[in-house]
Amino acid sequence: MRDETAEDENWGQQFDRLPATSDDRVVEGRPSREELIDWWVERFDIDPELFEGYTFWEKGAGKIWAFHGEVVDPIQIEGLGMRILRTRQRHWKPSTNAVQRFCRDATKNVIELSPGEAKAFVAGHDQQLDWWDGDWGYLVAAHEIAGEREPLGVGLYLHGELRSTVPKGRQEDLVELD
Amino acid sequence: MNPLQRYAPLVDDEEAFFEACERPLPSVVRVNTIKTTVARAREALDDEGVAYEPTDWHPGILKLEDSSPGTNWPYFHGWLHGQEEVSALPAIALDPQPGEKVWDTCAAPGSKTTQIAAMMDDQGVLVGNDNNLGRLSALRHNAERLGVTNLAVTNQDARNFSMKPFGERNLDESGSFEEFDRVLVDAPCSCEGTCRKNPDVLDEWHMGHVESVAGIQKGILRRAVQVTKPGGTVVYSTCTFAPEENEAVLDFVLEREDCELVEWDVPDGFETSPGVTEWEDAEYDPSVAKARRVYPHQNDTGGFFTAKLEVDA
Repeated sequence: MRDETAEDENWGQQFDRLPATSDDRVVEGRPSREELIDWWVERFDIDPELFEGYTFWEKGAGKIWAFHGEVVDPIQIEGLGMRILRTRQRHWKPSTNAVQRFCRDATKNVIELSPGEAKAFVAGHDQQLDWWDGDWGYLVAAHEIAGEREPLGVGLYLHGELRSTVPKGRQEDLVELD
Repeated sequence: MNPLQRYAPLVDDEEAFFEACERPLPSVVRVNTIKTTVARAREALDDEGVAYEPTDWHPGILKLEDSSPGTNWPYFHGWLHGQEEVSALPAIALDPQPGEKVWDTCAAPGSKTTQIAAMMDDQGVLVGNDNNLGRLSALRHNAERLGVTNLAVTNQDARNFSMKPFGERNLDESGSFEEFDRVLVDAPCSCEGTCRKNPDVLDEWHMGHVESVAGIQKGILRRAVQVTKPGGTVVYSTCTFAPEENEAVLDFVLEREDCELVEWDVPDGFETSPGVTEWEDAEYDPSVAKARRVYPHQNDTGGFFTAKLEVDA
């Protein structure tokens, strides 16, 4: 039987706070707070101060949550802040809600879509976008609305194709903005 | 019997009351200030040609002229949330502040919860509880779409809500707490106030349900007072006109828990009536008059009840 109190396991029924740095790591494979923030800053060039006051948690293998407050560690509840990232896989995958919330001022790996491309993206369609000459992998897909750029969600760019990762429950068939 | 008939003696203008209850409600959205500003959300609606009219009492609450809220760009971005106009009142009465600890006892699907989060600038600890696990997924989905990051979700019976998950037994542990600054009890109720949106509630209404749900309401409100710190605030709200589920619940809890009714600032331009102190054979504590009733004809909204309590120091 699994020992639910063992400190060195990642137990799916509770939220465990991420260690501050890799030196503080007890559970194998769990990212540290420092590694997590470095990843967002490195990938999207956002201001690390955006995460000030946030605590980061893992519930289930690799599912990372960001909470804008303090609670006890560990904590056995149903939800804690926002699911922001999937780790414990080769390429960490950010969530739609996280890039909408934290990547408004991102300057790196942001693919700006035309009105028609944005419409296809939020409907969940994959599209051939050969003009992109930036990195492959997970990008912030953005468009212009009400006079400013705004993130739409996460696109996976591979071999000239941008795959929409907008979850089914968030997909919409919207008008093409002028 | 149309249950609305029983409330005719309570309203100032019976004809206007019944007429208003017959009319469907417009589609209303609240601007989510966690992700945008009121000005930018309105600009996006204008650009997309979505017609709306701001309410005259709240710049961030917009009546849409014909579309449903789920089919436009600002909605996709989580800038808007469909929420009945009158249901914005309890969070206003609660007046939550950034950094506080706040409990929403019956939170799903989360319209009021996410409004509270926005009023807290998305900082502090907002506990959103619901006893129905299915409805909790709607709460989580809405909260994440709106960019809320200060919400802790629990699945408990609010009547005997345990503070144990938050560390009440280990108060020297970092992050633990055992009391809230503010609690919202937006209680399950017989919902006649929503008849303009869902006329079926009137056909399904029966006195037995009023009596059973009143028992639940009393249990939740008592627990809410017990876990609120001295000097803290509890708001009790329903969408029913039934005094059995409103003033009678307050009266019951006033007698048993250390708390008192206080006035709250209703927004300018929003018309309300005082709580009733007598109903059929019952008489209630005179302070329940400080609660506010909203009838559909007063502001062309759904019906509502909101009371603010202060927990005694």
